[in-house]
Amino acid sequence: RWMCSSSSDEEVLKNLGQMVKKDKVVVFMKGTPAQPMCGFSNAVVQILRMHGVDQYTAYNVLDNQELRQGVKTFSNWPTIPQVFFNGEFVGGCDILLQMHQSGDLVEELDKLGIRS
Amino acid sequence: MAITKDHIREKLIAELGAIHVDVEDTSPNRCATSFKVLVVSPQFEGKPLLQRHRMVNTCLATELKEIHAFEQKTLTPEQWEKQKQQ
Repeated sequence: RWMCSSSSDEEVLKNLGQMVKKDKVVVFMKGTPAQPMCGFSNAVVQILRMHGVDQYTAYNVLDNQELRQGVKTFSNWPTIPQVFFNGEFVGGCDILLQMHQSGDLVEELDKLGIRS
Repeated sequence: MAITKDHIREKLIAELGAIHVDVEDTSPNRCATSFKVLVVSPQFEGKPLLQRHRMVNTCLATELKEIHAFEQKTLTPEQWEKQKQQ
């Protein structure tokens, strides 16, 4: 299992490359969609829910310190939550919120075949 | 050294050519050092949101290591003018 504590940083990064492609929408957050442990992670969950995105892969970084650090390095982004569409880094909570407000999110989800 | 609102504002003006910066210290609402910033800079012109936010993150990379929560909004001068009229 990749979560094993002996895995090197390199391995974590390699695994992340596969993890973000696992689903059309992948979120790294604090807590789970059912129980977010931070307001920013909760905001991402609520925005996705508002757009009818309920089937997505979420990873709880609080469960795994290596993942918490690794995802920051992987995407060169300093904070959690982090959202990926089709394996591409989209941004954090602020960006998702602004995309929601501008209407860009509907468009991006449409490209993924998800109807808001 | 504690990070101050003025320090963040001055750095964004100096390094990103920001013409307007609002910094709100949101630490009292949270459990640790937190800030919310609005950055208006002509350097954001023609750049997608992600790239703009990356510019801010890069500018404040040292500070972000000590900041627990960071919210940002990035606007071009034109977008800012529009927003002010609303």
